[in-house]
Amino acid sequence: MTALDVERVRKDFPILARSMRGKPLVYLDSAASAQKPQQVIRAIASLYETRYANIHRGVYELSETATRLHDEARSKVQRFLGAADPREVVFVRNTTEAINLVAQSWGRSRLRAGDEVLITTLEHHSNIVPWQLACEATGARLVVAPVDESGEVPLDEFEARLSERTRIAAFAHVSNALGTILPVAELAALAHRAGAVVLVDGAQAVPRLPVDVRALGCDFYAFSGHKLYGPTGIGCLWGRRELLQAMPPWQGGGDMIAEVRFEKTSYAEIPYKFEAGTPDIAGAIGLGAAIDYLEELGIEHVMRHEQELLAYGTELLSAIPGLRIVGTAREKTGVLSFVLDGVHPHDVGTILDQEGVAIRAGHHCAQPLMERLGVPATARASLGIYNTEADLDQLAAAIRKAIEVFA
Amino acid sequence: MDVRELYQTTILDHNKRPRNFRVPEAANREARGNNPLCGDQLTVYLRVEDGVVKDVGFQGSGCAISKASASIMTEAVAGRSLAELEALFTRFHELLTGDAATPAQIEGLGKLAVFSGVREYPVRVKCATLPWHTVRAAAHGDATTVKTE
Repeated sequence: MTALDVERVRKDFPILARSMRGKPLVYLDSAASAQKPQQVIRAIASLYETRYANIHRGVYELSETATRLHDEARSKVQRFLGAADPREVVFVRNTTEAINLVAQSWGRSRLRAGDEVLITTLEHHSNIVPWQLACEATGARLVVAPVDESGEVPLDEFEARLSERTRIAAFAHVSNALGTILPVAELAALAHRAGAVVLVDGAQAVPRLPVDVRALGCDFYAFSGHKLYGPTGIGCLWGRRELLQAMPPWQGGGDMIAEVRFEKTSYAEIPYKFEAGTPDIAGAIGLGAAIDYLEELGIEHVMRHEQELLAYGTELLSAIPGLRIVGTAREKTGVLSFVLDGVHPHDVGTILDQEGVAIRAGHHCAQPLMERLGVPATARASLGIYNTEADLDQLAAAIRKAIEVFA
Repeated sequence: MDVRELYQTTILDHNKRPRNFRVPEAANREARGNNPLCGDQLTVYLRVEDGVVKDVGFQGSGCAISKASASIMTEAVAGRSLAELEALFTRFHELLTGDAATPAQIEGLGKLAVFSGVREYPVRVKCATLPWHTVRAAAHGDATTVKTE
């Protein structure tokens, strides 16, 4: 495929065939969660229908098959992220759990009173609260690098907050609320120069940008399956091998042990050390199918498609009187966060819903960012691979209707 | 359902020009309501004398439904006894969360009846009920911040 064939892509998503409140469904909330192609749905169904058993246990063929499929999914993630070794990929529930894993395991064992954890103002709550918990437990201090009016994190401001006390810098690859793409490689290099390790929240990046964790130079990278057109309940933490190996387990149970004795238990090697209990087997296999799907489309094509739509949508929305786009970073993904004069974002959301247009309204789990930008909430339209110019036309028409209702 | 059945003229009017949008002089009770997920927040002030709401006002920000509900609420409870306020609270709550708005439910509610359409939008019910839970907390002298989400 030389470019993204959106009409063909749309046929892969069964949900797009349904109507919403008597109108065609316009789904513009992929930053919250993406819809699922039939390739993913089928991979999960076919596992349960013909190949399901628990993994790492049975001596019978079904279990071996399920184990192999689960292992393959891990290798797919490894290749997708450009990681060196599949053992560096830990399956978790979602990005939130991946960050909590690092904050609890790495954070509690490494942070000391007086140490600093550096984050940025635009972080999702899932990259704030786990660090607050780790800081409370260890006496470390949370330091925040600011964003500017456009929603960018100025490199010099970030650098100014690094010191010999900084143990870890944790920041988003892409802002969920604004779409800002952070210069991860530059930020990581600055943090490393200060002697800190680097965690990147990649939840919004992996579905739309090529990601190579070694080129980015980070130490941990976290993402969720459900934003990547995969199932809910599965996510990944990638971590550099030596870091993961040195970290203590964070949950105990089956599958994460080498040998259990009442006197002393020894733990399994990575990644199993961090995967206590029966994992989300179908979730991992569904995630693998989602990666196959995206790779077949070509992530470069996905990115170009989204950038073209973003430019189209930005122009369309900018022409609406009384509408202000919040988040105008130079490098952005397909997020159109906006406020309307005299119409609260929730009322915008309700009226758009009546027009069959699904967007998110609220603080997008980024309250400190909203406070910094001086808005209580925004309405956010976010793009996915199945969106079209027609979707954005319908969005603009629905916004004009909201303005008319409130005129 | 047309969106104008939710956003009725009365609601739009009270959203644009909220009544009693002020701190009453000599207010002796107040309570705060905050729905952090959607960002609706308000403070309701009461001047209660001899068990009667002598004055009422509110301040805050939020969506049209919450703001209009707060504005119309202040009109509805002004001059009422605390027992009447409680009864109105119950009736309003039933109007928004009950199965269907019967004529008996709407009767005597006056302007409050314009919120019957909110029932069709379950996620917005909390916006309309927040001012009512807040005024009730103020009447009871409850210091905890009220939340309906």
